Amino acid sequence: MQQGAHYSSNPANFTDIVVSRWAEEAKVSADREKLIILIQCASEKLQGICRWLFAETECRFATLVVQETSSEWLLRYIFYGDFERGQVHVLVRQPHAYKMIPSISEQVHAADWHEREVEDLFGLTFEGHPRLGDFVLHEEWPDGVNPMRLSFDACKPYPHREVDPEWQPVKILQASGAFMMPIGPIYSDYAESAQFFLETVGEDVVRTTPRFFYKYRGLEKLAEGRSIEQVLLMAERFSGTSAFAHSLAFCQAVEQVCGIQPPARAQALRALLGELERLRHHVGAIASICGSTALAVATSQTSILEEELLRLTCILTGHRYLFGLNVPGGLSLDLSDEKCIDLSVSIASLLGRLNDLQEMLRFSSSFLDRIEEVGIVSRQGAVSYGLVGPIARASGVSCDLRKILPYGFYNNAPEFSTPVESEGDGYARLRVLFGEVKESASIIRQIAFSLPSGGITSEHFDIVPGQALGWVEAPLGAAFHWLSIGNDSKVARYRVTPPSFTNWHGFHLAAEEFAFQDFPIIMATFALSNAESDR
Amino acid sequence: MGLRTGIKTTQYPDSAETAPGVTPGRPCGIVTAEAEGKTSEVPPCPAEAIHLRGDRISVDYPRCVQCFRCVRSAREPLDYEWSYEWALPMTEDRDPSRRLGKPFARSIHLRLVDAGACRACLSEIEQLGKPYYNIHRLGFFMTPTPRQADVLLAVGPVTDNMRLPLQKAYDAMATPKKVIAIGTCALSGGVFGPSFTSEGGVAKVIPVDVAIPGCPPPPLAMIHGLMLVAGRQVPAQTELDLPSERRTP
Repeated sequence: MQQGAHYSSNPANFTDIVVSRWAEEAKVSADREKLIILIQCASEKLQGICRWLFAETECRFATLVVQETSSEWLLRYIFYGDFERGQVHVLVRQPHAYKMIPSISEQVHAADWHEREVEDLFGLTFEGHPRLGDFVLHEEWPDGVNPMRLSFDACKPYPHREVDPEWQPVKILQASGAFMMPIGPIYSDYAESAQFFLETVGEDVVRTTPRFFYKYRGLEKLAEGRSIEQVLLMAERFSGTSAFAHSLAFCQAVEQVCGIQPPARAQALRALLGELERLRHHVGAIASICGSTALAVATSQTSILEEELLRLTCILTGHRYLFGLNVPGGLSLDLSDEKCIDLSVSIASLLGRLNDLQEMLRFSSSFLDRIEEVGIVSRQGAVSYGLVGPIARASGVSCDLRKILPYGFYNNAPEFSTPVESEGDGYARLRVLFGEVKESASIIRQIAFSLPSGGITSEHFDIVPGQALGWVEAPLGAAFHWLSIGNDSKVARYRVTPPSFTNWHGFHLAAEEFAFQDFPIIMATFALSNAESDR
Repeated sequence: MGLRTGIKTTQYPDSAETAPGVTPGRPCGIVTAEAEGKTSEVPPCPAEAIHLRGDRISVDYPRCVQCFRCVRSAREPLDYEWSYEWALPMTEDRDPSRRLGKPFARSIHLRLVDAGACRACLSEIEQLGKPYYNIHRLGFFMTPTPRQADVLLAVGPVTDNMRLPLQKAYDAMATPKKVIAIGTCALSGGVFGPSFTSEGGVAKVIPVDVAIPGCPPPPLAMIHGLMLVAGRQVPAQTELDLPSERRTP
């Protein structure tokens, strides 16, 4: 990792470095205005390029976008870097009949689940991947059916075969007295549907194997062939607790394709509402952490704040979860300056109560005993799994798209800091949540008192064909929406990489080596959403 | 800190809740102006929930996803009502043996099954047990197992992978039992269904007794639904009295 230092200090030269390193082996082109470097290479060069990007230049892996055309497969590996380096796209073209691609999950472990997902949904095989199959599509799906293929009809319910009663989860732990404890998919409380197989020889969890996609709604497939407006509704509603962030990422992708810029007032209001959503989300997450340790008074107190934030949001925007606000080109509703100042004042008083609560939690030893030094993710683990958001920040990895790849209002570089902790345990994650709440409140205050005047939507524009990446720092971390619009102005391909998907991948790092009774607490401190992850 | 907070809990259902922000409200149907000789147009609706029936524009609530297109970007916007008593009985008329009330009039235990919800509905259900709504005061309790549950709360469009768990949870409940489908996804599939991976509603898999439309329905709508299952007295629908500036969505 040390080697990367000299690249980082010269962001402007990064393009030249990439070109000089790879020009002989691949076709490298750079869009210096949009800060996108495109490397087109043959599949046998893929592993080398990805290893170089990840290990030597400290680029982070964003997403893998697979697109099928009638004659070929297009695989686009998107990386992004610190220091405003922009994006690096590694593009591999494969003839349609050839379904073998070298796996990069050994070089870039963050791509592991992306490859498993593509294998299930497209039927491509990643050569050298240690574990493929049984990921998105569970056991009742027949082999050889790949719903993301162009030939698959997404509108009809799919006829299923009977569930195989012989199906068993894979047992990794081989030791005398080892047993497996399945948890889920239905939980005893309000948790979302997902299953975990915990393997143990006694008290401590030795292996955690998650089984997700119980909530797979096929967002990416359903989006194909639909209009921008219809897909916007889905982008907003696949993850209700981070609806504003995801609809914003989608709208930004549309705006980039069409080459339009929303007015300054819309951008400022979008940032304000995005921070309001983050604030409410984190307060809800803090309530769940308190709830997971059975700390009743603190849970109630935080829940009161959460409900008050929901009501404030509703008074301000008409909806408790910020639905129906983002539209390509701006916002559907203008908020008056007075309302925004009122909001900022109300949040300041809420924040005072939250600070009192944090002080009390700091001295509740029964509470700290349950979260301190529990569920540890090391810095190294966070880097190699490419973790994002508050979880990465609690492990010392400051990855904040608002600073690395600023978008919209954040291009004006508002004053805020990204809280970072180094311990990587549950308490560090809780402190990061508290810290981010304060920063969000400060951003809301800054915006509310200096709202630019003007319109909230750009003038009428036409949807043009093209493709672009939209990104946003969602409450749980970096979210990437790749959008390709076809000649008929309909969506040709929509790829969503939500932060929960990225972070669930590294969840087992925290859950292993700890006792059974810590498991729900570790889950609460991760505060991830399955609706967001499963799409 | 606990005692000093005072009572936060809503007075609903004893009296109407009038605090601002407890409900997003919903569009309501209007009589078109055609009677007066003017032309009228049906507002845009990406969810296809608005229909012209005779001289009335009506909203199909099990399809409405509260996207505000019909009030914000329409030339002739629909009216908006600030209500929350949205629950509807589904089976009573057709089958007297499935009548609501009597066996459920006392304490009820609830089991929640997430069949693919976006988490907004789940978050609102979670609020039910929290101080502002506190359904325990009304005798409703969440239970960890379907075996002890009287009422199943089902959310989400019923994704393919949750179809069997939902069916099994329902089968494991002792009779008499009731099912409440919560949210637009659970009623019609919402924006996601029916499709290759979702059934397009809870009713396609198990019988639904009470439907609560909304995207998501606010906690007060869920209390209304629970009171409906219990057959307990619910006051007549009251329009909330909110300051006029807040009435514009």
